[in-house]
Amino acid sequence: MGLINSLGRWGVKKLSSLGRATIMLFYSLVGKPQFRKNFAQFVEQLYVVGVQSISIIVVSGLFIGMVLGLQGFNVLVDFMAEGALGQLVALSIIRELGPVVAALLFAGRAGSALTAEIGLKKATEQLTSLEMMAVDPLRRVIAPRFWAGFVSLPLLTLIFTVVGIYGGKLVGVDWLGVDDGIFWSGMRASIVFSDDILMCLIKSFVFAIVVTWIALFNGYDLIPTSSGISKATTNTVVQSSLAILGLDFVLTAVMF
Amino acid sequence: MTSLIDVKNLTFSYGIRKIYDNLSLTIPKGKITAILGPSGTGKTTLLKIIGGQLKPDLGEVLYDNINVHRLNRADLYELRTRMSMLFQSGALFTEMSVFDNVAFPIREHTDLPEEIIRIMVLMKLEAVGLRGAASLMPQELSGGMARRAALARSIALDPELIMYDEPFAGQDPITMAVLVKLIKHLNETLGVTSIIVTHDVTEVMSIADYIYILSEGKVISSGTPEELKKSREPQVKQFINGEFDGPVPFNYPTEKTYLQDL
Repeated sequence: MGLINSLGRWGVKKLSSLGRATIMLFYSLVGKPQFRKNFAQFVEQLYVVGVQSISIIVVSGLFIGMVLGLQGFNVLVDFMAEGALGQLVALSIIRELGPVVAALLFAGRAGSALTAEIGLKKATEQLTSLEMMAVDPLRRVIAPRFWAGFVSLPLLTLIFTVVGIYGGKLVGVDWLGVDDGIFWSGMRASIVFSDDILMCLIKSFVFAIVVTWIALFNGYDLIPTSSGISKATTNTVVQSSLAILGLDFVLTAVMF
Repeated sequence: MTSLIDVKNLTFSYGIRKIYDNLSLTIPKGKITAILGPSGTGKTTLLKIIGGQLKPDLGEVLYDNINVHRLNRADLYELRTRMSMLFQSGALFTEMSVFDNVAFPIREHTDLPEEIIRIMVLMKLEAVGLRGAASLMPQELSGGMARRAALARSIALDPELIMYDEPFAGQDPITMAVLVKLIKHLNETLGVTSIIVTHDVTEVMSIADYIYILSEGKVISSGTPEELKKSREPQVKQFINGEFDGPVPFNYPTEKTYLQDL
């Protein structure tokens, strides 16, 4: 009986969180657009969540591409099929690793920072003071960050994908001696824009919405203490990562 | 004397803890009203209820005969343009300079050109004695300066009501005297209605027109500073004289005695 009670309480708590998160997103995004007031904020946030995440995305993309090139070559060479290395690297990165790993890195780098920033604004009464100045913090603080995340992650995913493929080429072609022409032509022959690149972008947009929403809500809804901020930041990374991996399976099952 | 705010039969709880139980009070227009009470009596909560940030369980708050908690979101934000609040922490935006903090509400709510905004901001900063600190960032200010900068921001759009949340807490005697003078000066020159929530009795007695003393969710006494000074009520005497125990209990209420707990 106690177990059922706890399960029920947990369920009600999670549902009420989901409700609050939906209300937060609704009031942030629905209403008359305030381009003039919020555009500068949007650009600033593009820099904070997007541009400042480029280095981690580039370095990770390069190494993941290089490892794929190395592992792929070691397997393919046994079957004398190393010419398919370009196809293997590109398909793996475009279909799966690009959107998923970029989103995981984005959740760790930008998501946690968003949660901590919003949480600190709440703890230092900056959000309350906005409300008392008749400025809606959802429109002024949450909305520009949400749109910045929504735009940044797909772009970061594209950067990750390009750098990852280049990393695979560095190892496969320049180091292990796979033929340059075969590497690129095999890749070109196997990639279909509407099936692969478009699906990669769709996944990435979905992950962008989910990660940014989770990060912003965890910051907005936290208990404004130091332990509250620490817990919310951890929750952002854990919940985002699980949501990315779960949704990736669902989207892959539906789209491919 | 016309009232700006009427709090009627207000009941409010945080979870199972009752903060206000059938509280009623009136804030007169153009006067300084102080709300005194020990820490933890929910004085800040009262300001948040007046500002519509918290909803009461029962009762109503009328602002100029408008029921604050019956307004929709847009109308509530519209009403808030008429009021302002000075937070205990100052709540300055950390990513902006003092100048931009004060300019923020003006930029948000008006389409005035930057030259006019500059003049308005410098006027407000001059009023609080911080014109020289306009380019400083909030983290470069002392506690007292941060509160004065926040005060300049809260008067940026000349509101008709300013709510001061513990304006004197944690300030040195000089800053305290400056703040007392500023609050009085702003009240006299701008004609604003002021609500000061505090437990600094001496400072507030010198400037308040009317005082409410709260304890355990109720008004235990009210009157002008002179009336309260002469009061013979034990609860009022305890608070005004700063006696550590008396009718307002020293111990947080508990069901068990100390011996039973041990």
